Amino acid sequence: MHSLARQSTLRSARFCLRHNQPIAISRLSAYRRLLSTLAVLEQRDGKLNTSSLAAVTAAQKLGGTITAFIAGGGVKAVADETAKVKGIEKIIYVDNAAYDRGLPENYAPLLVENIKKGGFTHIFAGHSAFGKALIPRVAAMLDSQQISDITAVESEDTFVRPIYAGNAILTVQSSDAIKFITVRATAFPSPELEGGSGEASEGIDPKAECNIEWVSEDLAKSDRPELATAGKVVSGGRGLKSKEEFDRLMPPLADALGAAIGASRAAVDSGFADNSLQVGQTGKNVAPQLYLCAGISGAIQHLAGMKDSKVIAAINKDPDAPIFQVADVGLVGDLFEKVPELTEKLKQ
Amino acid sequence: MASLKILVPVKRVIDYAVRPMVNKSKTGVVTANIKHSLNPFDELSIEEAVRLRERNTKDASKFPHKVERITALAAGPAKAQDQLRTALAMGADDAIHVQTDVGQESGTGGLEPLDVAKLLAKVVKDEGTNLVILGKQSIDDDSGQTGQMLAGLLGWPQATQASKIEFPSEGEVQITKEVDGGVETVKAKIPLVITTDLRLNEPRYASLPNIMKAKKKPLKKVSLEDLGIEAGGRLKVLKVEEPPARKGGVKVEDVDGMIAKLKELGAL
Repeated sequence: MHSLARQSTLRSARFCLRHNQPIAISRLSAYRRLLSTLAVLEQRDGKLNTSSLAAVTAAQKLGGTITAFIAGGGVKAVADETAKVKGIEKIIYVDNAAYDRGLPENYAPLLVENIKKGGFTHIFAGHSAFGKALIPRVAAMLDSQQISDITAVESEDTFVRPIYAGNAILTVQSSDAIKFITVRATAFPSPELEGGSGEASEGIDPKAECNIEWVSEDLAKSDRPELATAGKVVSGGRGLKSKEEFDRLMPPLADALGAAIGASRAAVDSGFADNSLQVGQTGKNVAPQLYLCAGISGAIQHLAGMKDSKVIAAINKDPDAPIFQVADVGLVGDLFEKVPELTEKLKQ
Repeated sequence: MASLKILVPVKRVIDYAVRPMVNKSKTGVVTANIKHSLNPFDELSIEEAVRLRERNTKDASKFPHKVERITALAAGPAKAQDQLRTALAMGADDAIHVQTDVGQESGTGGLEPLDVAKLLAKVVKDEGTNLVILGKQSIDDDSGQTGQMLAGLLGWPQATQASKIEFPSEGEVQITKEVDGGVETVKAKIPLVITTDLRLNEPRYASLPNIMKAKKKPLKKVSLEDLGIEAGGRLKVLKVEEPPARKGGVKVEDVDGMIAKLKELGAL
């Protein structure tokens, strides 16, 4: 970790010599500050969203100090609890219900002020709906080119991310003074929730006006594990033919395995499953221990969202379906027969 | 009656059905002689803009927002004009081509999102735009940043990953957004930035007569210099690699075989 920091100072020094631009000054000051990361965490109804802690894990790969950030109504208790997460040295909280919905319109100015005050060199957040909406806005306000959805940290300025729906892996180096990074949660396991001894302190609240109004939300309720972080996922595609069949076959299989339910875009578009269950380039990325799919052909956009799963199992009646090229275990057969049979045998 | 001046930024990308290949020198993906098309999310943006116009022409009493102008904009190589013509054929009124080859050599997605956001902010001011509809991400670079960055630069509200756009009252826009676990609805006044999700609509095909008409629609060429944009090059591409290939798996005969294999692999 120390060598990483040293490398980076050398690199910034080299950069400064190479480019005689005004921006070099901010790079110099970045060098003086060394590495100091702000991990932007998410909370909901007074509960920490633990998958947002992937930002902390990613930041740990960097070395340097890690400060967490959380905002919302009555978040002091969440902050105190989050302070115990291993790796977090400090946590800044802003107690104001105006930030409960995580609306970028007022959350971005809030972050900008706290980033300026804290002099952070790196901002990490999860590549979730919250992070995706917020971080680019903040990055632009601070004139920084964000790096989205990273899967690895190479050094303080070099990061790895998938492009072209995961068909190519890009290693990219940033010359920005403040580096904004969103991280793919499945690539960075959550840190331990206990054992740390961070210190909670109140941040500044610019109380920026919010030029958008939150109206309502409609979240799919489920007792099953959350799709993005589940250890096991069962997923259905167009082969299920109807919503009735999807609902008849997939939930019992998921229950037998203790798995979350996912779906291909074809299944979502055909109305078999809710949008929020979509796995793929334009839906969720999952990387469970087991990804078991039925009636999914394996289009590249779908593979983008699941091919980092530890074990992939597929049931499909077409022996030439591309899904079999990535599946560790493939079963060619009629899913209407095989899925109920599998469910029964797993229950035993 | 509120009038809308809509800007729809579009991007030329490798067609979504093509499997991109990393080039030999590992500097990017192969783009030469590869089918390119309009970024799928951008098709949704144009479609939505055109539908807003149609709602107004169909029944102005129900939708009193006249769509004064739909401008498509692409920043990219000369060939990006093909995608602008497609946008015009779908119903855009005019087009702006910001010609630049920045980022083309690497095949990693062209201009960086911050630069695109900056040039869009300039165009928005020049054109008097009050609604920008962008795709939620381009399928090459997969960054998903430009719309949010633009909203941040302009200080406008943003509604990302829109699956429904309504106008409940004059000048007021209500957007249903796709979020983790479901949907969220927000309401804002124009000016506004919206990014589109796949569920928003089904883009139309451009008909042959419309493709012919599109050839006569105005297409303005400008350069980054004209817009006062210096392409940042904040990010340096160090390398582009193939993802690690998965080992070929096995096919099993029956459900018992599948369970046995999964147990062997430690997945059960």
